[in-house]
Amino acid sequence: MIDKMSRHTKKRYQAERRFKIYGLLAIMFALGFLGLMLSTIALRAIPAFTQTYIQLTVEFSAKILDVDNKRDVKQIARADFQKIIREALYAEFPAANKRQDKKHLKKLVSSEAGYHLSRDLLAAETTDLNFIGTSAAIWVKSSDDVDSFIKDFISREVDEINRRLNDQQIGWIDSLIADGKLETRFNWDFFKFADSRSPEDAGIRGAVMGSLFTLAITLMLSFPLGVFAAIYLEEYAKPGRITDFIGVNINNLAAIPSIVFGLLGLALFLNIFGMSRSSPLVGGLVLSLMTLPTVIITTRAALKSVPPSIREAALGIGASKMQTILHHVLPLAMPGALTGAIIGMARALGETAPLLMIGMVAFIADIPTNINDPATVLPVQIYIWADSPERAFESKMSAAILVLLFFLIVMNGLAVLLRRKYERRW
Amino acid sequence: MINTLLEENHMQENSILRAKYAAKNLDVYYADKQALFGINLDIMENQVTSLIGPSGCGKSTLLRCLNRMNDVIDICSVKGSIRLDGQDIYDDGIDVVELRARVGMVFQKPNPFPKSIYDNVAYGPKIHGMIDQKSDADEIVETSLKKAGLWQEVKDRLAAPGTGLSGGQQQRLCIARAIAVNPEVILMDEPCSALDPIATAIIEQLIDELKQKFTIVIVTHSMQQAARVSQKTAFFHLGSLVEFGDTDQIFTNPQNQQTQDYITGRYG
Repeated sequence: MIDKMSRHTKKRYQAERRFKIYGLLAIMFALGFLGLMLSTIALRAIPAFTQTYIQLTVEFSAKILDVDNKRDVKQIARADFQKIIREALYAEFPAANKRQDKKHLKKLVSSEAGYHLSRDLLAAETTDLNFIGTSAAIWVKSSDDVDSFIKDFISREVDEINRRLNDQQIGWIDSLIADGKLETRFNWDFFKFADSRSPEDAGIRGAVMGSLFTLAITLMLSFPLGVFAAIYLEEYAKPGRITDFIGVNINNLAAIPSIVFGLLGLALFLNIFGMSRSSPLVGGLVLSLMTLPTVIITTRAALKSVPPSIREAALGIGASKMQTILHHVLPLAMPGALTGAIIGMARALGETAPLLMIGMVAFIADIPTNINDPATVLPVQIYIWADSPERAFESKMSAAILVLLFFLIVMNGLAVLLRRKYERRW
Repeated sequence: MINTLLEENHMQENSILRAKYAAKNLDVYYADKQALFGINLDIMENQVTSLIGPSGCGKSTLLRCLNRMNDVIDICSVKGSIRLDGQDIYDDGIDVVELRARVGMVFQKPNPFPKSIYDNVAYGPKIHGMIDQKSDADEIVETSLKKAGLWQEVKDRLAAPGTGLSGGQQQRLCIARAIAVNPEVILMDEPCSALDPIATAIIEQLIDELKQKFTIVIVTHSMQQAARVSQKTAFFHLGSLVEFGDTDQIFTNPQNQQTQDYITGRYG
């Protein structure tokens, strides 16, 4: 008898060990995939954080910059600075004098270099124009092809005909490297600029600002509305058919595909209210509609889980219903409500489909400054870059994913902090 | 028959003691189910009245009618009248918030707010506008905690959370919280059922002291407790008031067979 029992016990312990191991395996599996995903993205993103620059000795010739010699800042701002850079390149490589050579030569620098040069020089209205007529050694951005070559995305081994850079251009690059006139720097512009057709000029700032504006609207609308709706349904509404009906429909809303909210936004906000297309305001409104059910459901659950003894204690010393809710029930439900809001916000941050319908999936080259400017958001930016043919956009896309993940981690961290701050034992 | 006898009994006592509460033909329903049947009961001022009876007999329901805590239960409806100082508390004109300030309550399970000890006691006076400045609150907190016999134990850690105290201390904190708003009546719903015998003894002693200032109604499952702390005892069975009288009389010479059976432990 004892023998039978001890054998049984042994089996039980074995089963218990196996049970534990299954859990461990599941966690390792999940962590492994997460690690794999993150490391691939991070490795691919690294090239996006550097940019190749070329040093050129440019001559700020009055002939090009100030044709009618008026020294008018506005006039000079419109001058052809790109030509100055081209001339400097031709001067650097005097051997390239044929038209074809020159055409290849000018492809070494970014086509936006002249624009940035003029902006840097003429930043203020009262700019000192003494630079005209002088010459100076400046660093300009290389084109994305040169950048890709430096980052080993373009191989010398490939046949010239299949290569984005020909042998002649590679020769020039080699001579620039030999002279110390080519270097890679940290790509601050990635964090300063909005999207651009030129990969070397494309940045994340526009999408980040767009996402921030959109999420701000979403949070400001969905959190208070959701909490008030949940309080009413949970604390004031008489339980019955109507309340149940509303509850069921809120649950249904939470399960509706997000693109449907986009269509609703298109029909309602753009067509009926005539709000501006592609704006964070409309994006935020649409995402609020999408987030609201999540906030209501989680807040209701949090309110429901507040022990009745707390309500009784407050009512028992003569607190009114509102005081009971505001002073006791809501603070205890806050961690749950906040978690719901942040889960909803995190989902909204990663949402693309509903924004498709209201025109936020668009190439926007300006950084939005308010909620009515045309804007795009991070996941849309990732989508646009993933769709772009230039090789350099691939690393930009990975970098944008990293930025998106960073924001998600910050939001979840915030959720944990807020929970810890408001969490109370009872 | 018994009721008329008891009423006469009360009339004699009323010359000395005033009735704080008077329930007349009180019926309480939870939806279709009747929980209390025609209760007639007077509760004397500055006395401890205990309500005893087996589970489900309606004693807690009656207690919760006395400060209208039953209002939060949607399906609960009340017929008949309960007068507090001659005024029907189920009248339309009665402000339930004001009523609950006059009638404090202590619950079965200690339920301090998840706030500091200080805030637990100061909360009631604060929401009733009894506090103009910080010193008022300090004074109320100190006197209330002293009355509840907790001051010596917590005076150095008023900012500590009330939920961190032991069970008995938490219950005394709840009593301090109830008396901080200076009520006339304190209702106690099995206040010692979650406490150990030592904490129970402390609370019972406290109840005895508190009756000098307050009218106390206590629901209890322990007949020894009812015998120890109360002057009047009401025995309930299946929603009816079976017998009501002086505690000594109920426990030594019950008039009703059911009461007799219950207090001698034959059922319940």
